[in-house]
Amino acid sequence: MLRIFKKILTTGVVTERFKTPEDEELEQLGIEIKRHVDKKFSGSIAIRQVDAGSCNGCELEIHALNNPFYDIERFGVHFVASPRHADVLLVTGPVSRHMQTALLRTYEATPNPKWVVAAGDCATCGGEFGVSYASCGAVSNVIPVDVSIPGCPPTPLALMKGLLGLMSSDVA
Amino acid sequence: MSSSTWSADFLTRLSMDITVAEIGLPTANLWHIESRAWQRFAELAVQQNLRWAAGWAEQVDNRFLINACFEKQGEYILLRTVIDDSNPELPSQATVYPAANRSERHTQDMFGIKFIGHPDNRRWTRHQAWIENHYPLRKDFPVHGTPVGITPPDMHYPFIKSHGAGTYEIPVGPVHAGIIEPGHFRFQAVGELILNLEERLGYVHKGIEKITEGREPDSLAKLAGRVSGDTTVGHCWAACMAMEQAAGVVIPPRAALIRGILAERERIANHMGDIGAICNDVAFVFAQMQFTRLRELWLRTNATVFGHRLLMDRIVPGGVACDLSDESCTLIKKEIVVLRKELTEVILALDLNSSLEDRLYTAGFLSEQVAAAFGTLGYVGRASGQDMDVRRDAPYAPYDQVTVKVALENQGDIASRLWVRYKEIRTALRLIEDFIDRLVAGELRAEWKTPSTGSEGLGIVEGWRGEIICHIRFDTDNKIARFYPRDPSQLNWPALEKLVLNNIVPDFPVCNKSLNGSYSGNDL
Repeated sequence: MLRIFKKILTTGVVTERFKTPEDEELEQLGIEIKRHVDKKFSGSIAIRQVDAGSCNGCELEIHALNNPFYDIERFGVHFVASPRHADVLLVTGPVSRHMQTALLRTYEATPNPKWVVAAGDCATCGGEFGVSYASCGAVSNVIPVDVSIPGCPPTPLALMKGLLGLMSSDVA
Repeated sequence: MSSSTWSADFLTRLSMDITVAEIGLPTANLWHIESRAWQRFAELAVQQNLRWAAGWAEQVDNRFLINACFEKQGEYILLRTVIDDSNPELPSQATVYPAANRSERHTQDMFGIKFIGHPDNRRWTRHQAWIENHYPLRKDFPVHGTPVGITPPDMHYPFIKSHGAGTYEIPVGPVHAGIIEPGHFRFQAVGELILNLEERLGYVHKGIEKITEGREPDSLAKLAGRVSGDTTVGHCWAACMAMEQAAGVVIPPRAALIRGILAERERIANHMGDIGAICNDVAFVFAQMQFTRLRELWLRTNATVFGHRLLMDRIVPGGVACDLSDESCTLIKKEIVVLRKELTEVILALDLNSSLEDRLYTAGFLSEQVAAAFGTLGYVGRASGQDMDVRRDAPYAPYDQVTVKVALENQGDIASRLWVRYKEIRTALRLIEDFIDRLVAGELRAEWKTPSTGSEGLGIVEGWRGEIICHIRFDTDNKIARFYPRDPSQLNWPALEKLVLNNIVPDFPVCNKSLNGSYSGNDL
């Protein structure tokens, strides 16, 4: 137990703060996000992530949003386990035909008002996979998309910028 | 490949019609066999403890080539038979090798080749995106297929049923509760106890094999790097190795060393993420926070030094698309020293923790016998006594210059898998230092040569999940005719169905994470 406390104490807080010059962008971004979340979503926005056929690269970077450097939850953004609890669907991958109905049902299960963010090149435009007998291509070919975040995969910062883009735009 | 190995001896014992190709592949001996002896070969092979490693088919004009890859002591045999497309069937090897089960079902779905006597010939990769009796990998199947507006859900898959008082079913997925890939798990349980688990994968089938047809090497490498995003280096390397074999291109020594550094960095990043996630699944958040922190620092160095956090598209046909400056080498070495110290601190806190002991020891047990029967790979196999690692057993550049220490455990539980991964991190750190010390000046990319029509290659590398096998055949004009990547997940997924038995349902997530199969790499 003492080892745990010692490690925690010596690690300190790595969450990136305002005054570290190179991390200013992250903090500023976070503050902006928080402002919009507070104003439009009563302080908290719930995201349901749906992998509709990705290679799992995007998932790795979405996971990183929860690591202690980004800790996106401090800005009021959290990931939920059910679409019924969600404000936003964060969809990755080209939509595989085998996932098409599952994605549609997830969309239907999300209460209104709701927004869809397509994350990654595949979700945005079909990426390396495009449209084929097995793939519907971009997410917008299956459900309406409000904001797209390109990148293969988008970095955690790009994901945060994309979410901010959603909240500061007129659609939200 | 040395001639004084088991294969010559095995060949004489076989007493069947086998034609040994005079020119094999650099990574495997090529043996041709009559289709009717297909199963018989497997029966004899299993007696000699050959491991079934991969199976796939190709269409060449109006014939099908069926391939199966076997391995023993680092020597690979590519077994091949040819059948006519008028009556495409041959005896199943899955009766002998459980490892071949899903692979043959995949081939059945994609090519319409029937495996006679297969113990479970339900469809596997096909859901409802194309209809029965249509086979996407046949040359006359258009890449766009004939899709309907909305592909219906796969409602009537014949799952195994359980009957009896007190048994019940839990369907999970395809959309899961976390930030993970989609797949379906069907549990039969009594109370909390798992009686049976059936996996239903194929949800992220993106037609990777089909859409590579006609691509050029650079474009194929890009797609190979997205077979499974967490194994982008591994798959890209295997595909490039196969293409380079076909083209007769030898990569420069500096490129090989950089590839080695990239692969080991990928291994470490994934192992760190997963060790944290395993601990998180038993509510030990301290480890999750420490390991995600260490992983993030590691990925940031990837971005600084190599220009991409996950190292995508750094390996290209003929070499690499990134270089290492002296400053970068110093930076990487410094980082390794710091990471070693941090790992020692964190892992001591894990090792002495009784709540982790309670949850991880004896949970998710996979016996050596089952692991061997399924040909289980990587850390899953090595935690159940399967002593194999391509880097040591069939070394390719740059691993032929170093000694790879293979971590092995034999308790077969989640804790074993966690410790194997930890040891692999330590080995990988040592390897990166070694490769940096050996870095020689020189070219980063060899000049590409257009491979002759019909030439093929078999890339075999040790990805972070285990052995990756990739087969590539060229068409005319530098175009790809066939690309088949065998991710280790394809052989590890079936082991999950076995290792969860007699565990409680709430332990499923941690059992699953300890194996961490790729859905994308499996479904293709």
